[in-house]
Amino acid sequence: MKETKSKKLDPEKVMERIAEASRPTVAGVEEKDVRHWVTIYVMGRGYSVPADLTILTAMEYAGYKFIRGCGCRQGFCGACSTVYRRHGEYKLQTGMACQTRVEDGMYLVQIPFSPAEKASYDISKEAYKVNTLLKHYPELARCVACNTCTKACTQDLQVMDYIQAAIRGDFETCVNESFDCIQCGMCALRCPAEIVQYNMAQLARRLYGRNDRPEPKHLTDRLKEIEQGKFVKPLDEITKKSKEELEKLYYSREKESD
Amino acid sequence: MAEVKYIEGYPEEIFQLIPKVHETRSWRAENIPAAMTKEERQEVLKIHPDWAPGGKRKIVVGPNQGDIAPREVVDLLEAYPLIEKQEVDLSIPDYQVDIMVLGGGLAGTAACIWAHEMGIDKDKILLVNKLRHGDANSIMAEGGTQAADRKVDSLERHYLDTIGGGHFTNKPDVLRALVEDGPFIMHWLHELGVIFDKEENGDFVEKWGGGTSIKRMHSCRDYTGLEEFRVIRDEFISRKIGCIEHFPAVELLTDGDKVTGAVLYNLETGEYKVVAAKATILATGGFGRLHIRGFPTTNHYGATGDGVVLAYRAGAKLRDTDTVQYHPTGAAYPVQIIGYLLTEKLRTSGAQPVNIDGEAFVFAMEPRDVEAAAIIRECYVRNKGITTPSGLRGVWLDTPMIELKNGKGYIEKAFPGMDRMFRRYDIDMAKNPVLIFPTLHYQNGGVETDPVGRTTLEGLWVAGEVSGGVHGKNRLMGNSTLDCMVFGRRTGISAAEYIKKGKKQGKLTLEHVSNYVKMLKEAKIKPKRRSPILLPEYRGKKSLARALHVEV
Repeated sequence: MKETKSKKLDPEKVMERIAEASRPTVAGVEEKDVRHWVTIYVMGRGYSVPADLTILTAMEYAGYKFIRGCGCRQGFCGACSTVYRRHGEYKLQTGMACQTRVEDGMYLVQIPFSPAEKASYDISKEAYKVNTLLKHYPELARCVACNTCTKACTQDLQVMDYIQAAIRGDFETCVNESFDCIQCGMCALRCPAEIVQYNMAQLARRLYGRNDRPEPKHLTDRLKEIEQGKFVKPLDEITKKSKEELEKLYYSREKESD
Repeated sequence: MAEVKYIEGYPEEIFQLIPKVHETRSWRAENIPAAMTKEERQEVLKIHPDWAPGGKRKIVVGPNQGDIAPREVVDLLEAYPLIEKQEVDLSIPDYQVDIMVLGGGLAGTAACIWAHEMGIDKDKILLVNKLRHGDANSIMAEGGTQAADRKVDSLERHYLDTIGGGHFTNKPDVLRALVEDGPFIMHWLHELGVIFDKEENGDFVEKWGGGTSIKRMHSCRDYTGLEEFRVIRDEFISRKIGCIEHFPAVELLTDGDKVTGAVLYNLETGEYKVVAAKATILATGGFGRLHIRGFPTTNHYGATGDGVVLAYRAGAKLRDTDTVQYHPTGAAYPVQIIGYLLTEKLRTSGAQPVNIDGEAFVFAMEPRDVEAAAIIRECYVRNKGITTPSGLRGVWLDTPMIELKNGKGYIEKAFPGMDRMFRRYDIDMAKNPVLIFPTLHYQNGGVETDPVGRTTLEGLWVAGEVSGGVHGKNRLMGNSTLDCMVFGRRTGISAAEYIKKGKKQGKLTLEHVSNYVKMLKEAKIKPKRRSPILLPEYRGKKSLARALHVEV
């Protein structure tokens, strides 16, 4: 304990220690540090990979450099949708490669693109009603409620429920159930009725966002104030202030109560 | 070695530390640490990666010669180009457009829409993407967008909060543009159909952001960037504006004094294409994938700093290259998600950083650099962190505190993305705290601009993370998505106006690249690196060691 007290803080050393601890994440795990291995089959070919990697990082470990099938790497972009089957099972599973841990005996293929149609429209001219959805995506009416889309969803959303809600004209449910969609395209690729669920839901959400609740009055008021030039003088003044003047203002700001 | 026993997603020995956090929660809820004074901030920042010695060096060539930047960035600036001019036939361009936009995140996509709105033909705009349209940091923005649109708020207060967070180094005229357009951008997004969190009467639900003195954070659950971006992309596609993917720019083109286009490279086939453009908007994002100082990152796969390299070779000036933003709350456990972003909205909704003894050691809403430095200090100076199985240290982020403040079920509703991510690893963040450590997040500086996004080079505009000035040396939460849309719009409009002047353009050349190479040689820099690097290298060492390059 004495030693740590007398030791002078050395930020550079701290940085080195952080870099060292982060190395497996940044530069890849070393073979000698791996305790558990699994075998995955990328498009049929087997690779032995460390057990605590995701499909994405395991494929990289095996030597793949992604051009397709890799985007944000954190579950937001939908670029790395993957279909897989576990050894001995008949069921096809889906997942984002960046969000799915490898398992022993996993057969997988990435589906990085979905050739789906997206309608074109001017949202300001579209009516906030179910007919608008059917006009742009008439195949919506073909839904047979088989639930395949829900099973295929990499985000575990209730896709069929939001499709059915859309058909009923229940925008609220359609919007809430589809909100976390990352538009990876797996639902549309699996749908026997060839519905493009994620594009339809995008249209539904835009209609809802524009029309469900009015533009906030506080925003409309603020825009009016800006137009009337209310902030010109205060901004003219503050942009001319010296660092010292700004510091004084900044450290004495009154905080809004919680 | 014995098998590790896991309880609720944690190894047993870490799980046993959690009761300390539970026990102290109600006391901490009443006894919030005070915000740091100026002197305390200065003291703790000594251990921030920006200010800790090492990790940086001088730029030795080009317009910013003598400035300091992270080693990894200077490496790119001192690298040799990917292409030689004799390899490329510039005589017949493949595309002749009015406006070329490089980078399809929020900024680039907004720029295209506003150029189109200004009357530029949809076929005379080309959006160029390195990966897919939307593979960008924009869609990963979780917490929110700032705009001063409440009665208690004002544009000058937004200005003051931002410039204080940026240590008074922000470029005033550019920052003014940011705060002035904030409310209009909210209006625009509302018209386009973005679903913000709203009260029953339609008012926006607005939250705190680290370093703000008034609640002005607009969010869409914890998918703010995703929701904003997918609406803007939907609008873009509806307008049928030109777009190509997996086709990054590897060099800008000039006519000797203006930027006039770019050479693009098909990542899949290896073929190049030449674009002649009357105006070029650079919106290529930041450099998180350079892993500055060895940190993990929140950034998307393509965040390799290409835009800065291209602009710099063409002669554009950079600024604030010496600082990098580390987000205080990256995931530190489990190993699969190290470095991933845990939104600042968690803290602004009540979650506190807590050390191994259950103490709240820092005010939870300091500006990001201060908060990050305090966490590093707790782990490596005061030794009150928790060591994870991978060897990384971290502190707790007491997420159950959020439900103590906002009611049961709040996390699932307000943070579906975070909740989903941790559940994939059997961790229930409403029940137990999660482990965090700072992660590389944002390129603070970049290509210098004026209030409409013009650079020091004629014909070249920048918007979004690739630009420098608006955030100074440290960006506040919620100002980056706003930056993208304010300056995406401003550059689109400004470029469209410029084109209408009908300036004459000379022959397309890569002369500036040859000149840059000459400078590198004169500075005796050896050609051991090439840039832009386009994609980071994550292939396993074993497989790389045995790689052959055989022409098939």
